[in-house]
Amino acid sequence: MMDVIYRAPPPRAVEPIRGGALFAGSRRSCPTWVAATAILLTISIFAFAPTTFAQSGSVPKASAIEVLWRWAPLLLWGFCFNLLISAAAMTIGTGAGVLLGLAHMSRVLIIRIFARCITEIFRNSPWLVLLFACILLLPFEIHIFGLRIPFPDWAKAIFGFSLPIMANMAEMVRGAVLSVPTSQWESAESLGYSRYQSYIHVILPQCIKRMLPPWMNLYSLVTMSTVNASVVGVSEILTLVAQAQSAEGSRPELLAPFYGFVLICFFAYCYPIGKWTQYLERKYQVML
Amino acid sequence: MQPIYDWFREFYDRTGINLSFIYDGFDRARIIKGFWLTIELSVIIIILSIVIGVVGAWLQRSDFVWLRRAIAGFISLFRNTPPLVQIFFFYFGLGYLLPRIPDSSGQLVPIISNVQWAIISLSLFAGAFNIEIFRSGIEAVPTSMTEAAEGLGYSRLQVYRYVLLPLAVRICLPALGNNLVNLVKTTNLAYAIAVPELLYVSQQIWSDETNVREMMAFVLFAYLVLVFLLVALLNWIEGAIRVPGVGHVEGQ
Repeated sequence: MMDVIYRAPPPRAVEPIRGGALFAGSRRSCPTWVAATAILLTISIFAFAPTTFAQSGSVPKASAIEVLWRWAPLLLWGFCFNLLISAAAMTIGTGAGVLLGLAHMSRVLIIRIFARCITEIFRNSPWLVLLFACILLLPFEIHIFGLRIPFPDWAKAIFGFSLPIMANMAEMVRGAVLSVPTSQWESAESLGYSRYQSYIHVILPQCIKRMLPPWMNLYSLVTMSTVNASVVGVSEILTLVAQAQSAEGSRPELLAPFYGFVLICFFAYCYPIGKWTQYLERKYQVML
Repeated sequence: MQPIYDWFREFYDRTGINLSFIYDGFDRARIIKGFWLTIELSVIIIILSIVIGVVGAWLQRSDFVWLRRAIAGFISLFRNTPPLVQIFFFYFGLGYLLPRIPDSSGQLVPIISNVQWAIISLSLFAGAFNIEIFRSGIEAVPTSMTEAAEGLGYSRLQVYRYVLLPLAVRICLPALGNNLVNLVKTTNLAYAIAVPELLYVSQQIWSDETNVREMMAFVLFAYLVLVFLLVALLNWIEGAIRVPGVGHVEGQ
């Protein structure tokens, strides 16, 4: 009985009087990045301001912009390393995650329970702790067939990032496969496909489209987490920032511009990805 | 309690599994402090971020275009940059610009401590996500609700306070829960600015006792427990404030 109260929409004869103004927030014509860039610029100006005071001292010091200009190539190089780590971790994590996700739907109970446990553990533990665990607990080199394969910190970091990716990916695969209508399974079966063939030719191709937006979201998250590797000593952009700052005489007023620069790098990379994800979400929502 | 401590000390002698944070009084005090700080950080940041989310979602419906754009800019800025860099920017960058005040012993200390900076920056980070979540919840409330409330003579704030927000919260609770769980997992980024929370004290203990494996297992376990507690709490809240016909309905 109570159910009806909120769900039944009353027939609307008259146009709402203030409806337009009330829901104005929902249609934003101005691109958000304009506002975001404006905020970033304000922060940078705020951050650059003290360096002009510092210049009035007896020894002329390079201004923040000069310093940034000098170090930008190195920092961008470090940023590329971040992107490399994220791409490698994403590749490994996606592959492992698809397998783990399929294991969720295995017909063997033990495999299902095992997959469930692995997924829950890695999905619910903090990324930084997993990274620490991989950096500190993995060996620094592996011996296989008398070969000595070094296992440097950045490789361990990639492994550390791919663990949570794997768990999140498994959940995505499971959700996507479950969202495919049962009739698809039935028609595949009636066409004589085996279980394996149905996955390959019928179910998974449909899943890819559904998984793309959340997968891109995950990629953007991973890219942003790669800076965590600096905490455990991998030399990526944040580590290079610290080195550049000490090379410039450890002037504390340079920290805000330096970190502002890092923020801008990540914003410039992740914001378009986010916009594209939203676009794909809308596009595929209509088609489903 | 002493027999338990002795048992774990003997357990270490026998098996080599060094759970020093149980039998050693000093380590025990440290780990309990760190654990409480993690809980404290999580609770404070959750509350602040929800406040930011509610207020931000209200401001996003304002008639002033520039206010809406500023909020949208804030959201996209905080969502698309790494939280660790945000913490560094606030703590090192902005912290340097603020004046220092003398403390009780006459030493000059920053106005805002590292714990406070961690709370501020993580609240803003999670708040940006919460604004989006509340906004999507509000948009999912049927327009007829607003019209009915306006027909009853509610003002705009009253419509938001008594009709839109209560319904929106119920609709977006699953998404909100996801974000809060992520937030609890993110609090350990405060490690990077030496906030003595769980990960930080564990790192101190494992560098003193060289029992990395045991501490790592314990930290993972502790975070899993925290997350499961939060999930249980959220599920309970979801059931407690459920209104028929709003939000997730079973059997549909």
